[in-house]
Amino acid sequence: MFIYPENWNSLSPDEKMQARFDHWLSGAGNKFGNDEAEKRYRRRVQRLIDVINLKKPDRVPCVPQVDAYQAEYSGMPYGEFLYDFEKTEKAVIKFHKDFQPDYNMAMIAPGKMFERLDMKTYRWPGAGLPMDSKSYQMLESEYMKADEYDELIANPEGYFMRTYLSRAFGALQGMSMIPSLYYAMEFPMVPMLMGMFAVPPVREAIQALMDAGQITGEMMGTMGRINAEVIGNMGIPSMMGGFYKVPFDIIGDTLRGTDGIMMDIYRRPEKVLEACERLIPIAIQIAVQGVNMSGVPLAMGVLHKGDDTFMSDAQFRKFYWPHWEKVMLGIINEGIVPVQFVEGRYNTRLDVIAEAGLPEKKMIWWFDQTDMAEVKKKLGSFSCIAGNIPTSMFLTSTPQEIKDYSRNLIEKVGKDGGFFIAPGADIDMATPENIHAFIDGAREYGKY
Amino acid sequence: MTEKLVEAIVAMREEDAARITEDLLKSGTDPFEILTMGRDAMGIIGQKYSDGEYFIPELIMGGEIMNQVVEKVKPLIEEKKAEEGTKTIGKVVIGTVIGDIHDIGKNLVTFFLDINGFEVIDLGVDVAPEKFVEAVKESGTKVVGLSGFLTLAFDGMKQTVEALKEAGLRDGVKVMIGGGQIDDNIRKYAGADAYGDNAQEAIALAKQWIGG
Repeated sequence: MFIYPENWNSLSPDEKMQARFDHWLSGAGNKFGNDEAEKRYRRRVQRLIDVINLKKPDRVPCVPQVDAYQAEYSGMPYGEFLYDFEKTEKAVIKFHKDFQPDYNMAMIAPGKMFERLDMKTYRWPGAGLPMDSKSYQMLESEYMKADEYDELIANPEGYFMRTYLSRAFGALQGMSMIPSLYYAMEFPMVPMLMGMFAVPPVREAIQALMDAGQITGEMMGTMGRINAEVIGNMGIPSMMGGFYKVPFDIIGDTLRGTDGIMMDIYRRPEKVLEACERLIPIAIQIAVQGVNMSGVPLAMGVLHKGDDTFMSDAQFRKFYWPHWEKVMLGIINEGIVPVQFVEGRYNTRLDVIAEAGLPEKKMIWWFDQTDMAEVKKKLGSFSCIAGNIPTSMFLTSTPQEIKDYSRNLIEKVGKDGGFFIAPGADIDMATPENIHAFIDGAREYGKY
Repeated sequence: MTEKLVEAIVAMREEDAARITEDLLKSGTDPFEILTMGRDAMGIIGQKYSDGEYFIPELIMGGEIMNQVVEKVKPLIEEKKAEEGTKTIGKVVIGTVIGDIHDIGKNLVTFFLDINGFEVIDLGVDVAPEKFVEAVKESGTKVVGLSGFLTLAFDGMKQTVEALKEAGLRDGVKVMIGGGQIDDNIRKYAGADAYGDNAQEAIALAKQWIGG
């Protein structure tokens, strides 16, 4: 957890970033079991800070983005990983112990909590998917109606609390009746406000939140034990800071769905733009909240509808980029490094990004199937870049092929620093030999 | 006025397209001709997509406008003519493989197969291997398209190809795959015949295999 120092508001964005880096580097909040682990932890965090600053560390950092594979490696279905925390704990620790990756991206999610809330926006192994399925999946729907843009724009927080939550979570229907807290002012107004909390559906919704919180609390206990082992005893720092989303994706993925937002571009473009603008401070707040909670000063942007194939250059420049750019700058202003996790392809977007005049040494651009030589040419002068071993290779290639890919990539784009090697997307399916080859490859060929 | 309808659909002018359709019907235009114009418009939209001028918003919006035209016109079309209008160059069975529910890529390919004159049997998403087997048997198709966005589709594709093999249908069909994390490595892994990087490649493959 990162707690603001008293002089926080008087710090410049650079000073804020430095304060967050210092906190991360110190390992505050972690208890190291031995000196070696502490040294290793610091060396690894410093390497990442170095590449963010476009420096050459002692070698190229290597980031394994794994999720479901941790379960598979321990021979358990991913569903069990989501439901049985004792097993989850063992699986995550075993993965890190056996592979000794440079960083951990351990993130666990409690199936029971989602069930308690009757979450409708996803299905996962154990709820709608077989236990041995390798992933969770989003279920798009029109959670916001086409004629509700004005409500969202007037009060996004209120809209999420009352309308979105009550539609997206079966157990939170009573949230639609949560009153405006602005009634908490005058003596006779307060009882009128509290009266709403006597209404059964509201009480049921609040009970559901409390229960969900309790289950998540148990998960946090598990996470604490995982961190004690993985960070404290092995010295493998977490890269899981916070998340952020692009305003267009908040509307397109979560509220309106793909069909909805794509038609809105034609039917009500002004409303889409107004809502995107309105969601900028909220997108920044999402990043700050997660980063403060984790203490890791990285906010990962999960990007969806701005991919090469989704919209035209003109649409990208109008509906996707301007608000996204402001969100990234806002995140940097809070002393946080935005990490753009660019799944899919972004070859046609590189010019827009390069021409924006983004600040130097303040971000990470992590690519999947985008041409890395072009990335290096266009973004490498101002930002750390990362990527891009195809996820398919972890399952189908030989260890030597993975190493060759890594070596070529490092030679092509990693020679001058400012780079880390990573898969293009989550590794859910792999062979252990290929994960070893990926980690060893960076160590063999990534020395400066 | 029919040119105007094509123009309105292609330019995504939804209200104009609806109004022109109604005017055409009122003035006694053969409803079948209107439908043909709609299909022409979709062809132009598809071409613009292939040329990199149009993208997903236009395919979705164009499809929506076309649906509105079809709804107005279809009840008025004589059955015989409707049959003529749906004469196709071949059948393609398509679906998102088991475990995966993503449909944007699959719908794109379906759209292009359709405007290129194929009869598309779209099995939807999260399609079990046996459903593909059944559909291949029933339709007698020569081409199967497997879509998938997530890495979990790697195995779904493999299972589907194996199911076709077990049912003794593998030699009679060509299997193409595509989507999100799918590439040529997965073609080999799944035992498919070809991997397509985009919708146009899928059409080219289907044409090559069916001949159209």
